[in-house]
Amino acid sequence: MDASLSIRGGEVHALMGQNGAGKSTLIKALTGYIQKDAGEVTFLGQPFEVASPHEAQQRGISTIYQEINLVPLRSVTENICLGRKFERFGVLDWRSMHSEARKLLGQFNLDIDVRRPLGEFSTATQQLTAIARAIGFSARLVVMDEPTSSLDDREVARLFGVIRKLKADGVSIIFVSHKLDEVYEICDRVTIMRDGQTIRSDDLTKIGKLDLVSSMLGRAFTDERSNTTAFVGRDHSKVGENLFTASNLAAARSVQDVTFDIRRGEIIGFAGLLGAGRTETARIVFGAQPAVSGDMSLLGARHSPRNPADAVAAGLGFCTEDRKLEGIIPDMSVADNITLAALPRISRNGVLDEARQRKIVDRFIAQLGIKCSSPAQKIKELSGGNQQKVLLARWLALEPKLLILDEPTRGIDIGAKVEIQRLIKQLADEGLSILMISSELDELVEGADRVFVLREGICVDHMEFNEIKRERIMSAMAHGEPLRVETGP
Amino acid sequence: MYRIILPRGGTSVGVIIALISLLVFGHFRYENFLSFYNVTSFLRYNSMFALVSLGMCFVIMTGGIDLSVGSVAALGSVASALASPYGASAGLAAGLVAGLLAGVVSGLLVTQARLLPFIATLTTMLAASGCALLLAGNQSVAVSYQSGFTEIGQGDVGPVPMPCLIAAGAYLIGSFVLNFTAFGRTILAVGGGEDAARLMGLRPDTVKFAAYVCSGGLAGLVGVILASQFGAGQPIEGVGWELIAIASVVVGGTLLTGGAGSVMATLVGVLLLGTLLNALNFENGLGWISLSAYWQSVVRGLFLLAVVLIQSGIKRS
Amino acid sequence: MSQIDNRPALGKRVGHDFRLDAIARGNGAILALIVILAFNAVFTQHFLSLQTLNVNLTQVCTIVIVAIGMNFVIATGGIDLSVGSLMAISGVLAPLIFLGKFVHLQPAYVAVAVAIGCSIACAGVLGLFNGWLVSRFKIQPIVATLVLFISGRGIAQILTDGNLQTFHVPEFQWIGLGKIVGIPIQVVIMLVLIAFASWVIRRTTFGRNLLAVGGNEKAATLSGLPVKRIKLIAYMASGLCAGFAGLVVIAINSASDANLVGLGMELDAIAAVAVGGTALSGGEARIFGTLVGALIIQLIRYTLLANGVPDAAALVVKAAIIAFAVWGQQTRGRR
Repeated sequence: MDASLSIRGGEVHALMGQNGAGKSTLIKALTGYIQKDAGEVTFLGQPFEVASPHEAQQRGISTIYQEINLVPLRSVTENICLGRKFERFGVLDWRSMHSEARKLLGQFNLDIDVRRPLGEFSTATQQLTAIARAIGFSARLVVMDEPTSSLDDREVARLFGVIRKLKADGVSIIFVSHKLDEVYEICDRVTIMRDGQTIRSDDLTKIGKLDLVSSMLGRAFTDERSNTTAFVGRDHSKVGENLFTASNLAAARSVQDVTFDIRRGEIIGFAGLLGAGRTETARIVFGAQPAVSGDMSLLGARHSPRNPADAVAAGLGFCTEDRKLEGIIPDMSVADNITLAALPRISRNGVLDEARQRKIVDRFIAQLGIKCSSPAQKIKELSGGNQQKVLLARWLALEPKLLILDEPTRGIDIGAKVEIQRLIKQLADEGLSILMISSELDELVEGADRVFVLREGICVDHMEFNEIKRERIMSAMAHGEPLRVETGP
Repeated sequence: MYRIILPRGGTSVGVIIALISLLVFGHFRYENFLSFYNVTSFLRYNSMFALVSLGMCFVIMTGGIDLSVGSVAALGSVASALASPYGASAGLAAGLVAGLLAGVVSGLLVTQARLLPFIATLTTMLAASGCALLLAGNQSVAVSYQSGFTEIGQGDVGPVPMPCLIAAGAYLIGSFVLNFTAFGRTILAVGGGEDAARLMGLRPDTVKFAAYVCSGGLAGLVGVILASQFGAGQPIEGVGWELIAIASVVVGGTLLTGGAGSVMATLVGVLLLGTLLNALNFENGLGWISLSAYWQSVVRGLFLLAVVLIQSGIKRS
Repeated sequence: MSQIDNRPALGKRVGHDFRLDAIARGNGAILALIVILAFNAVFTQHFLSLQTLNVNLTQVCTIVIVAIGMNFVIATGGIDLSVGSLMAISGVLAPLIFLGKFVHLQPAYVAVAVAIGCSIACAGVLGLFNGWLVSRFKIQPIVATLVLFISGRGIAQILTDGNLQTFHVPEFQWIGLGKIVGIPIQVVIMLVLIAFASWVIRRTTFGRNLLAVGGNEKAATLSGLPVKRIKLIAYMASGLCAGFAGLVVIAINSASDANLVGLGMELDAIAAVAVGGTALSGGEARIFGTLVGALIIQLIRYTLLANGVPDAAALVVKAAIIAFAVWGQQTRGRR
């Protein structure tokens, strides 16, 4: 990680980058949540060294994290005023606390009963409360980490009103977001991060959307294939009949209207920026998240899993993007992690057939080239790439019909990456259908037979193999319009 | 000042209504239900539960639990009985100090050794119980009747029993601390979200430690009243008191997960459960039914279950 | 694609270290046990006698039986505070049945069989209730099991009106007093249960599922495991074990006292599990370690008492050991 960032007084500065680009780390180092190894921070002309977010707040830099920095059970007033002195002779002065809270919220034209618990109010109000708390500490710089991720349009408009007001008062704002339209609407300048580096810093008037996206993804928008992935040489014509169809899927805010289909032996790519609804769509297909509306069918039969167990029984597999939190069972052995989902198949009357388990485990360790000291080694001791292979093996052991891979090559080294790509290609060649979510454009361009581009929960583009172009994907991600307007809400 | 006196919290209105209707019902159904004698002896006895519940309330609001209150009270009663010959204040001080020490142990185990609160306080319970038996030599310890020590539990101020006054004072102070000091609000903030509280610059460990010490001190005070009321320090008394306290706190609307609650509503919870059981005794006296005292814990458990289910429903909706 | 030659030779060093680590952990408790045994062999009179062995094993039995069930619950990342109360319920229910308080059953062994079956089943159902609260309503395990912790003993007391039930029913008391080739029957049962539980953990689908749920519930759910059912079964197993332990206790005493059966058992069982090396955060179950843990706790108490330390002081020491052991477990978990 090596980054530099400079914020001017009274500007709204966008901080953008892919997941894992280092935005959060940069912010945390800036605000004392974690300690930096090297480098320096200068704030208002003074060196700025803080030991905790609270100290940073007292000295004028407030951070609004996505969720954790407020206590929903406590009143709005307490959330705004706790940690500041409102006492006379050790007795809390509720009257001045309430009036302070009302005053701060009043700046945003928000007139609510500040005595009610914060949790009773909408997410937007909670965001505004967090901002009010920040201003209450007379912040000169407010860091907002994806403040709009759970707001609806009206609430976003209100938040932007507040931001403009702050800006007019000379407060600077770091605005972390993945939504291009919002960034262009509210921000003055942008800094783009990739792989722990700050790539570029510029006025937003001087940088186009497409330019921005390509900087984030680290790819020039040429149409040539760079042949950097192991997908090279895939025969895209070799796909079979229809396997799975999803039409007009919608769930909460994140997924609004997604339609796609998958054929046998086909690799479908999902492209989109973070928060575009790709993972959420995959989770709906896998029964890990309920759909509000829309239909799905698998092999002509209705597909409506109530939970992942239903989806697994129907022949689906799902490799999560968050291996550590949702994928591996860290303290279990490689062997047990491989056979976790397939347990019923390798046991008789609930008793494990160890010989069969051993056979399956050995086969996959050999076939996928999983590097471990023995099948009994704990999975948490393996490298990311090998953990990913184990998770792939977990699903392959079930011989699924459709395998969903959410960022299959994220966070693993380049060698393992190539191996996994080659494996995905081989599986598809053998007739397995694969839904691949990837933020690596090359993977989509070279690997996918068809690509669907999602933008803010809506499927905005769909391309056949011969149409898949980097530029087309990026421009759809940047400013694609809904494919079928008539089905919109 | 309304904040100090009036019970607040989600279910408190329902609990108050239940208490009042129960009192009205009891008054018309049973003779002597609201008689001077019944009311004063009810208050004298239930003051002890009120005091342990107050401490429990503070601990639960931080998101913890204190299972040691019963045996700490027993320890306090033994300590105060042993010190009672040296005067009422010596007895009082001995019981209080014993309770505070137990609270310190619990607090350290929770905040420094980072044990789960229920394990930490279960071990304190074991240790306090062992200490009580050791100090007492495995039998109850008679208190001195010369030093005025028995006045603490048996005396009256005007018509009001002394323990009742102590409890009332403790609740007023507790309510004031919770509502009008930064410490009180910090307790609630820590219970509502420890990480968030830390980010706000509050000190979770300090208030948690203080809550356990406070609970221990109050349990020690209850020990003093116990010894004084019954004339003896009782090393094996207090079994199951933690459950009485937890049930009262929860019925008063305090969230078992911490972060929200009310001191005065806890008092109403104590009174409601106590009155219910008192009414049960009267009902038995009428001869229609015969429910033993053992129904008490079942009733408490059912209340707890109901409240927990309601709270889990609220949380999800 | 198959890259057998890419596989590393089974890394001798890595594998070896890994083993050592596991053995050292498992052996911490065993080492402590050996030290205590050695100490007693030297300093405690009449320690190396069959009688001492039997006394200690008999007393440790109920703790171990309850702790096995507790271990299942802890493996899912939960806790069961209600075990003591469930012991009391099954402990008063059985005599009520075989003494004919409900219906008169003849002959005696039928009555005893019905009594044993019904009381254990009852405890199992109550355990199921705990599991239902935890899995269906997502109530924290501590809070959910607190309900029966509070009211369970009351139910037992109501059943007998708080009275002591004494009995002399050899057919029943066989489970507490009988012997097979000189070994007390409940010791045999305990060993069988240990073997069975270890087998379930190691060799069955359920065992793997249990550890997976405790090890990473989200991952287990996404792998299609029936997480709710697994939790239900774990809590039910804990109830069944507690129910059986309650019967052993009353069989030994020839009496059933609702006020005392299983009192404080939750802490003993949790402590045995923790001292035995199972992390309280879930994802692990060391059944044999639990036996060692229970033996350590029991032997320390025995050692203190046999060497003239008052019972009350032994309680304080026990508290300190439990706090220390759990603290040790937790620091290991955080590493």
